[in-house]
Amino acid sequence: MSTQTLAQAEGVGVGSTAPTPILQAQGVSKQFPGVLALDAVDFELPAGEVHVLFGENGAGKSTLIQILAGVHAPTEGGIRFRGQPVELQGVHHARTLGISAVFQEFSLVPTLTIEENLFLGAELTNHGVLDKAALHRQADDILKRLGFPLRPRQRVQDLTRAEQQMVEIAKAFRTDLSVLILDEPTASLTDREAERLFAMIEQAKSRGVGIVYVTHRMREIHRLGDRVTVLRDGKRVATLNVADADDDRLLQLMTGRVISQVFPKIAYRPERTLLEISQLTTADNAVRGVSLSVRGGEVVGLAGLIGSGKSVVGRACFGLEHLASGRVSFDGRDVTGRSARAMLDLGAFYLPPDRREEGLVMMRSVRENVSLPWLAARPFSRFGFIDRGSEGAQVRDLAERLNLQPRNIEHDLERLSGGNQQKVLLAKGLVSAVKLFILDEPTVGVDVGTRVAIYGFIRDLCESGAGILLISSDLPEILHLTNRTYVMYRGDMRAELDGAEITEDRVLANFFERTRA
Amino acid sequence: MERKEAQRRFEYSGVLPRLFVRIGVLPFLLLIALIVFTALSERFLTAENLITVARQATYLAIVAMGQMLALLTGGFDLSVGKIVAITSVITALTMAPLAAAHPDATATTLTLGILAGIGAGTLVGVVNGVGVALFNVSPFMMTLGTAAISFGIALTLTSGVPVYGIPDAFGTIFSFARIFDIPSPVYVTAGLFVAMYVLLNWTRMGRYFYAVGGNLKASRLSGINTRFYLFMAYVLCGALAAVAGALLTARLETGEANIGASMPLDSIAACVIGGVSLRGGIGHVGNVVLGAIFIGLIQNGMDLAQIQSYLQEVVIGVLLILAVIADQLRQFVMLRLKD
Repeated sequence: MSTQTLAQAEGVGVGSTAPTPILQAQGVSKQFPGVLALDAVDFELPAGEVHVLFGENGAGKSTLIQILAGVHAPTEGGIRFRGQPVELQGVHHARTLGISAVFQEFSLVPTLTIEENLFLGAELTNHGVLDKAALHRQADDILKRLGFPLRPRQRVQDLTRAEQQMVEIAKAFRTDLSVLILDEPTASLTDREAERLFAMIEQAKSRGVGIVYVTHRMREIHRLGDRVTVLRDGKRVATLNVADADDDRLLQLMTGRVISQVFPKIAYRPERTLLEISQLTTADNAVRGVSLSVRGGEVVGLAGLIGSGKSVVGRACFGLEHLASGRVSFDGRDVTGRSARAMLDLGAFYLPPDRREEGLVMMRSVRENVSLPWLAARPFSRFGFIDRGSEGAQVRDLAERLNLQPRNIEHDLERLSGGNQQKVLLAKGLVSAVKLFILDEPTVGVDVGTRVAIYGFIRDLCESGAGILLISSDLPEILHLTNRTYVMYRGDMRAELDGAEITEDRVLANFFERTRA
Repeated sequence: MERKEAQRRFEYSGVLPRLFVRIGVLPFLLLIALIVFTALSERFLTAENLITVARQATYLAIVAMGQMLALLTGGFDLSVGKIVAITSVITALTMAPLAAAHPDATATTLTLGILAGIGAGTLVGVVNGVGVALFNVSPFMMTLGTAAISFGIALTLTSGVPVYGIPDAFGTIFSFARIFDIPSPVYVTAGLFVAMYVLLNWTRMGRYFYAVGGNLKASRLSGINTRFYLFMAYVLCGALAAVAGALLTARLETGEANIGASMPLDSIAACVIGGVSLRGGIGHVGNVVLGAIFIGLIQNGMDLAQIQSYLQEVVIGVLLILAVIADQLRQFVMLRLKD
């Protein structure tokens, strides 16, 4: 398997690279309980290269950079640093070698100042006492050199997300840097801040630092990248020169499947309007003046990047956001600001994007999770007590329909794979007669098999007359499942596309900043 | 790398680790305690002594069942000891003047006294619930605060001296009476145990306690009124501690502000030894009662072995910490066994 991938990859790969790469991964695999997150991946990074990692959610990008940064040890395969095999003992060990990563989850202590954070774990001392003057001077130096408009004595908790990210990056530059790993670094930056980051990356590059850059923004690949490696389902699909990689080719490599086998044909029969949102503005301004509607018998997409406000719209329908103005109506009734309970009782179901955080009670059983929203009514409740017989029967039936593995509904969720956990989350919406499904990233981090199963359910639900609002940053999902799609960008509704208008170009054109004319 | 994996798998594939993961540390501890104390004293393993253990353990068992509710929802209740105290004081202060004024109306006196005492204790639970559920005060601060308040009130009402004048019938009925040789408080505990078992396993409220403690956000999204169930956990915890307080008053035949001091530690220990997770969402009421009985056994065994009571505190503290370490170990072994 691995030799085949290798040969395949070299076919499209680049023959001539710099002599000894600084960082190399050879046949790296990572097995998590129930999931093979990385499957014999090769990767190499010469000095002074910006190497982009590209792929869908769950393709293995994060796992790969976590292994390169010393967070996880590979189950198989090895890492070479400047030609020598190394076994990274942890993030700190990697850092001492000059490999630093800036993840999307920051590792800053909010209550400490910038300078204290920069030198955390490597404080400068003078006869055992903190040398605060030297610390301050050096921190100031680093920030000046990078051109960040930050004062070293500011508390990290008072900074914006973008500023916090700058601190993370500055932390990477504190020591002699040879490899810098950046995970979607521009996700929370404004254009101006992003430009400054790019300038800094170029500066680092010219000093011979190798840069691993994770993104799914095409524009950045072309702006920064020298080479790009595409991952899919834990495998390396290709490594190519950015100059040879046009957008179509990259998208094809990223999704890479026979599309018709993954996405079902859905017969849309739009009926009456179920969900109507008009001029919705949230109190925190994350969403401004957004209107949309969903009818029964259709799948409506709500696309956009993370942070575009698309998730906020879904949450607002379930009473989870403070609204400044606007109206939400469901099935002809004004439900603005109604609670989750009220919406469930009216027949609307919301599937949150993060199953561990908001979706499931991980230490409880499949049975208890699935029935949780519906215990108050028949068939689960009888004379005020839970009817555990019919609860078990109903949940077992759903487990059967969703092909849950393992089938035992008394297993607690910690013991299921991500895909099966996601099935349980979906099953919560299949217990009762639900008319409207608001699905936020329903296939995040699941394998293809589960994906197909979930898409199948979306089709069945739609064809049986339910309305589905599919909130997704997964482009193929939007393109192939929806008959109408809205695209959001930074809190505004950018576009509404209908039927044949839903093309890659048109959706993507609204995903990103409009190019300055 | 391969070899290391294989080695690891070998280490955790034994029968004992599997059993340990399945049933937890408690059965092992009970077994060890039984063997050790039987060896130390021949009076230990007699029917009469075991009945004594059962009666002594009832008060802790009831409080521990309440504590379990707070733990299930991801919090804890440090005020249970002072709830026991204030219940005792209010019960006695209600009964004593009534008994003096109407010596014949014993039934009324007892009823009113019990209601007043349990009502006062439950009220502390209500205050805890309001603070934790409505005002998002951390359970630690909230229950520590109400503990101080209750204790202060109990001391003020009694000036720190025991309250006498409780009708003899109270102690006779609720402490010393025996049916089929079993003391009456044991029946009360058994009844409460059955009620708790049904509540936790067969009702919505019980299910929601687990869910709220397991994942508050997911519970809210599932349409559960999380504030209400958090509130109820503390109310029921207070009520159960109050029942224990009333029973203890019957046992002592006086109202005392100084009882129950070791209840917070002992009840949390009973729960944790019984496998209740400090992170919330996990625990079986049967094991909690066993945990309380275990602590009762330890205390009784040490009494018989003539270990002085100050030293007993040390032993309970050590056992609590060992139980928590064992729980961590169990999590670790469980993860290893998964593949």
